[in-house]
Amino acid sequence: MIREILSQLDEIEAMLGVTKGAERQSLLEQREALLARCEKLTAEQKVFLARHPRRPRIDAYIHELFTDFFEQKGDRANREDPSILGGIALFHGEPVTVIGHRKGTDLNENVAYNFGMPGAEGYRKVQRLMRQAEKFRRPVITFIDTPGAYPGMEAEERGVGEAIAQCLSLMSRLSVPTIAVVTGEGGSGGALALGVADRVLMLENAYYAVLTPEGFASILWKDAGRRGEACEVMKLTAQDLHGYGVIDEIISEPVGGAQRKPQAVFETLDEALSRYLDELRGMDAGALIAARYDKFRHMGQ
Amino acid sequence: MALEDYGASFVMCPSCSRRTTQANWRANWQVCPTCGAHQALSAPERLLSVLDAGSFVELGEHIDGRDPLGFPGYPQKLEDLRKKTGLEEAVITGVGAIDGVRVVIGVMDSRFMMASMGMAVGERLAVAVEYAKNGGLPLILFCASGGARMQEGIISLMQMAKTSAAIADFSAAGGLYISVLTHPTTGGVMASFASQGDITLAEPGALLGFAGPRVIEQTIGQRLPEGFQRSEFQQEHGFVDQIVPRGSMRETLAKLLRLHGYGVMRG
Repeated sequence: MIREILSQLDEIEAMLGVTKGAERQSLLEQREALLARCEKLTAEQKVFLARHPRRPRIDAYIHELFTDFFEQKGDRANREDPSILGGIALFHGEPVTVIGHRKGTDLNENVAYNFGMPGAEGYRKVQRLMRQAEKFRRPVITFIDTPGAYPGMEAEERGVGEAIAQCLSLMSRLSVPTIAVVTGEGGSGGALALGVADRVLMLENAYYAVLTPEGFASILWKDAGRRGEACEVMKLTAQDLHGYGVIDEIISEPVGGAQRKPQAVFETLDEALSRYLDELRGMDAGALIAARYDKFRHMGQ
Repeated sequence: MALEDYGASFVMCPSCSRRTTQANWRANWQVCPTCGAHQALSAPERLLSVLDAGSFVELGEHIDGRDPLGFPGYPQKLEDLRKKTGLEEAVITGVGAIDGVRVVIGVMDSRFMMASMGMAVGERLAVAVEYAKNGGLPLILFCASGGARMQEGIISLMQMAKTSAAIADFSAAGGLYISVLTHPTTGGVMASFASQGDITLAEPGALLGFAGPRVIEQTIGQRLPEGFQRSEFQQEHGFVDQIVPRGSMRETLAKLLRLHGYGVMRG
């Protein structure tokens, strides 16, 4: 249903550019009516938006929120895993380390980036970049957007489980400020590996869950087709997670999703990141680590 | 008396199909005397198999799971399992001694929802790790788990962060953590505390990995080779220090404790 609404909106907006007078007025009214239907979305509709092919990717966030990005490739052990993008950049003139899952905007890119599903090397690159951030006292900002780590043979041979475990360990004691932003899909341990942060922000229509809804339905009910039902019972929306205290703030999106007006999301996020970085920069390393420990220690107590 | 008259007191090994007396099977800690296959060991039996007799005192037994998502049928499922297994949750934690050396120990029990990790498992482990840190005791965890507890959703996922933070904090304080991987250890447990030991041991033939074999086969569209993700495979790929048969586990743990100065100088 959300799919049809969005495609009708696309059509109307394309026509608005070339229509005048009463006909234009009618189109505007139709648009309003369609947007009104996007005001209250179900969990399944939000998951649809979280996976929307035009949803802003990490490249866009880096381009819009940072300057002077310098990409750092490779895990220094095996290979470069392009499903993780990371490097150094300036945020309002201050150096930070930026790391996130990378999805593509078309099929070719998605194949190249393995649909944002990292292997062990991706998570070892994450560790390398975080250790370096600590050495040079740079805050770390992560962008989470993955269905999960890649369940393949090579990933298992190279210990993707161990690589994620070490990310969790490392992040829990990092001595610099850390902020994670769940921008699209927050699927499973492969997402959490970038998520043990001082502040966790989440876009309004992103999801964050123990598994993808399909994987969840498949494990519990042996039926991946019961995705819609899974979306409801999993409590995976930003609103649910804010209620559980798993995330700190919801970043609002334009009605109909971030892909409709990405600039509005960039501005909201920019303000939130500045605010939290200012707050966290005022804390010494010991206080940061202790507060982060308490934050995760109290989840599900 | 004819052999058949013993009836139910015989156990058939699921691996080699040879029969063994119940008493023999139990005395051998569920390892087949004929083929050496390691079958599942309950948490209480595991504690008996490695700790000094009478040394165990449970910690955190009051920590129960709840139903954070309001998941349909979950509270009833927990209740049924508690009755059926006699366990409150999928892990037992406590303090015991190995050759007189006090240790904090946690043992997962796969009879309880495949020993999946929910809030009770995460909380019991975190309390145990903090106890070890505060008491300067070594930590031994016998891992076995299907991964995250689906019915607890995101709260289950966050237990990976909680246990990892607790172990990282313990490690930074100089604590010794020995992780023992038993059949099966997968998913979110493999991707958190199971993989964070200073020493990693594994029982022979255990299935150890992040993604389950069925998920991998569906993803890549082919059958996995024999032995994929087993203990021997994990050792070959560099993720396990040593594979230790159940019969040698107690003496191996005792040796590792001595090698880290416990029971020798630190008493």
